[in-house]
This record gives sequence, structure tokens and C-alpha cells, in this order.
Amino acid sequence: MDIPKDRFYTKTHEWALPEGDTVLVGITDYAQDALGDVVYVELPEVGRQVEKGEAIAVVESVKTASDIYAPVAGEVVEVNLALEKTPELINQDPYGEGWIFRLRPRDMAHLDELLDAQGYQTALEGEV
Amino acid sequence: MDYTPHTEEEIRAMLERVGAESLQDLFAHLPREVVNPEIRLPEPMPEWAVLEELSRLARENLPAHKAFLGGGVRSHHVPPVVQALALRGEFLTAYTPYQPEVSQGVLQATFEYQTMIAELTGLEVANASMYDGATALAEGVLLALRETGRMGVLVSQGVHPEYREVLQAYLEAVGAELRTLPLEGGRTPVPPVEEGVGAVVAQNPNFLGALEDLRPLAEAAHRAGALFVAVADPLSLALLKPPGALGADIAVGDGQVLGLPMGFGGPHFGYLATKKAFVRQLPGRLVSETVDVDGRRGFLLTLQAREQYIRRAKARSNITTNAQLTALMGAMYLAALGPEGLREVALKGVAQAHRLRSLLLELPGVSPFTPEPFFNEFVLRLPRDPQEVRRALAERGLHAATPVPGEYGERLALFAATELHEEEDLLALRDALAEVLA
Repeated sequence: MDIPKDRFYTKTHEWALPEGDTVLVGITDYAQDALGDVVYVELPEVGRQVEKGEAIAVVESVKTASDIYAPVAGEVVEVNLALEKTPELINQDPYGEGWIFRLRPRDMAHLDELLDAQGYQTALEGEV
Repeated sequence: MDYTPHTEEEIRAMLERVGAESLQDLFAHLPREVVNPEIRLPEPMPEWAVLEELSRLARENLPAHKAFLGGGVRSHHVPPVVQALALRGEFLTAYTPYQPEVSQGVLQATFEYQTMIAELTGLEVANASMYDGATALAEGVLLALRETGRMGVLVSQGVHPEYREVLQAYLEAVGAELRTLPLEGGRTPVPPVEEGVGAVVAQNPNFLGALEDLRPLAEAAHRAGALFVAVADPLSLALLKPPGALGADIAVGDGQVLGLPMGFGGPHFGYLATKKAFVRQLPGRLVSETVDVDGRRGFLLTLQAREQYIRRAKARSNITTNAQLTALMGAMYLAALGPEGLREVALKGVAQAHRLRSLLLELPGVSPFTPEPFFNEFVLRLPRDPQEVRRALAERGLHAATPVPGEYGERLALFAATELHEEEDLLALRDALAEVLA
């Protein structure tokens, strides 16, 4: 299971990658594998203010529809429109081309409350 | 096991708690005849004698076969093939076909139903049905609100008043706001659509039977970024341009006119059709066609991930089942008649309704109310209270003159004619009404 060390993680299987004053958000390799073939992604609206833990996107696979939660509070500044046509990017490249949205956190320091790669690894082991 | 809901001990404990001596004491404030009514039953009879007695009583009923009532339930001919097929065990018993491997026939039949509804409405996709026209409308409007992310609804007064009540109940629950657009001269005026309105709703033919011009209403909705929801009698779509071609984003209606008996007002089925772009907002179930690994054609439920049994509270709708059997009866009816047959049925209804209206307008004091053109139902203003008129007609063996709610005007009654009505039936109604009004 691939868990890059350059980003933060949530227990609900989102990753958050800091880039300047924004963070890129997607779901982990573990999550995409557990979901199976992703067939549709419901993206949030750009400009939407979200609280930490708020459900803001939906990833639908052939089996289920799962909510994606905001890892930190902030404003949605960009969404990955490529997912509208090719939702399978989430399966193919969950940490790269398969990113879902970009947030501008209310406070970048909130990222420190998230798990690091090691912490996420441990959380996964607890789940299995 | 006995079925006594409360033991003596429990009853005593309850009485003690409320401070009553006995059950008689507890119910003392109720009239004696209500608490212990005297039930007078005849002596036991053999089964055949009971059946004879029941058929004698049944013969006292007025035949509803050629009712002139409209406003949601109409008497149409149901070809016997519909009943015969619907009673087959394969259709009658397969409740919810979650198991595609055992339900291919039901799934295919449902797929055919969806295809026919899509064709009739001129829209791309129809779900596997809703309970009735009113719930289909409510679900259609909720779909529009989800899609637009708005909470305002503008509904024409020409939409069936009972449908509007159901809609109001649904919208209250989600905190949406419903505003009614009053009819002008029996038709829906093109409204200014304010910001925040997510759905504009009109019915064609409207509750008064009048034909509406849907296109400008749809355009007004679209200019404001709202979706247009059309309520349509599916039989009318055999003759009229489909809602999809007039700009409707969502079409809904009641399927009773497609081969279902009047049955004291139920069960019906509701249809709901929309554009493919909104398919993920569609409530209820959807059957799709596919091929298996060997390339063989098959049918399956799709977009189930949005359904209540998977997504629970976050499902698109609380409608988890549908009106499977009655919707299939609609499909059987449509298949039995074919496009030409459906057209003939609709045309004769229109012709007879127009003939009936001119006959009734010959009577003194009767005046037109529904503007022309109208379809197969119309409203007249009577010189007497329509409730009394309806009762007096019933005494003469005729079901006619549905009283129209006061919000539309005073002393209004709705009449309908269908393919069942022959000239002699129309003349009989005119003569009876002449007597009643004399």
C-alpha cells in the first residue's frame, strides 16, 4: 500500500498535500482500492466554505457512494474537472492526477492536527 | 401463543397509575353505545348463501364503468390482456428484483416500461415508477432543487390541488418554499422567476382541462437558471407534443389512465422522466440494459449506490420501493395498444368530451369555464351547488360533475369523457342534468 511521506492524512482516508497557502486533497491508495472501480465523482462548488470533517464530495464506485470529508476548515478554491470525464483517474493515480479539490485552509497550522504517513500506516493496521 | 395484548396484571397496574378503579371507570366519559356497541349479526349461513347475498348487495352499486368524473381518476377501457398478464405469478410475486439472476424477466419488463415513458415524454431517462402522480411530482421537484441547489418552487394553480398539497408536505420537510402562481383566464401566465427559484411547475392539460403553452414557461424558468417540471396526463401525450420537446427538464404524471381500473382511487403508479444529465439525481430505481461477459444481452438495476438501502439517510429519496406491478400494467397497456391504438383512444376521448361540452352548454344556466382548447376534461359553471348536482345525478345512475375546489371559482364542476362514452351516453347525461337543474 503506497503512502507518500510528503503529505498529511485523515482517519477517513483523505490525503492533504500543502502547496503554498493551499492544500490539494484526494483519497488514499488504500481507499481507492477498497472502493473498487470509481465511476463518478460529485465535486464541491468552488468558493464553498467548509468546516473540518464536513462531507463535501462524493466518490461513487460500482459498489457504493462514499462521502469525502474536508481534512481542515477553509475555502474550496479549485476542483479537478478532469474527474467529470475520467473518474477512473482516482484508481489509476490517487496521489497525483486523481486529486479531487484544492482548499485554502483557514489556518495552515490546522494541518498539524492530521496524521503523518507513519500515523496513517498505524491507523490502517488498526483497521485491518 | 395467545394474542392478548395486555395481561390482567398489566391492566391493573395501568389503572392504578391513572387512578381508575376499573376499565368501565376509565371509559366512563365515553357514550355507552360506543364502548360496548351492540353488534347485530344475522344467524350463520352457508357459504353459497353468503355469496348470493353479497352479489345481491353488489348489484345495488352504481356501475362506475362509464363515469364522467375526471380530476385524477378516469374510467377507461382496460383490455383483458392487461389483467391476464398482470396476474401471472412472474409479475405478481417478484417484489423487488434485487437478484438479477432470478429476475431477468421482471427487469426486462421494467426496462420496457421505462423506455415507453421516455418515448412518451420525449425525455431521455425514466425511473422504474413512483407511487402515484402526486408523489412523482414531489420527487421531480426535489430532483430539480438538488440539481440547482436552490430552495424556491413556483407552482401553477393549474396543477391538481391535491398534487400541490402533497408537494407542500414534501417541501415543508426539507425547508423549501412553495409559491403558487394564480391562473389567468384558466391558464398559467408566464411569471417573473425570482432568483432562488429552482423549479417552475405547470400541468398540461391543467386541472381545468385546458391546454397550456408550456414552452414560454420553460423558457422563463431556464432564463432564471431554474428547471421546468411538467405534469402531464400520459394519454394526452399520444396527441400532444411531448414535454421534453417543449423544454421540460422533468416530466411527471399519473399512470392510472394507462390500463389501471379506477379501484376506488388506487393503486396507481406515477411516472418520472428526465434528462440523462440529471440521472444521478433520479430517485428510486433504474433498470439498464447491458451485456454479460459472453456478450449476451441482460438487464440490471443501475445507480443503486444512490438508493436508500445502500446510502441510508443520504439516499436521493425515501422512496425505496416503487409501483412495480401497476407500472408494468401500464407497459402492458401501451404494448397492447401500440402508438396508433393509444392515439385512437385519446382522439375519441377528445371528440366525445368536446361533444359533451356543447350538449351541456345547451342547458339553461350552464356556462363555460375552461378556456379552449381543452383536452378530454372540462369545467362548467352550474346554476346549482355542484355537490347537490353530483348527488342528484348519482340518484339517476350517473357518476358526473366533480365539484371543483372554491379556489378556482364558485359552482364549478369538472366533467370528463373517454373512449368508453358513446353518443347515447352523452345524451343521457345531458337529459339527466337538464332534469336535475330544472
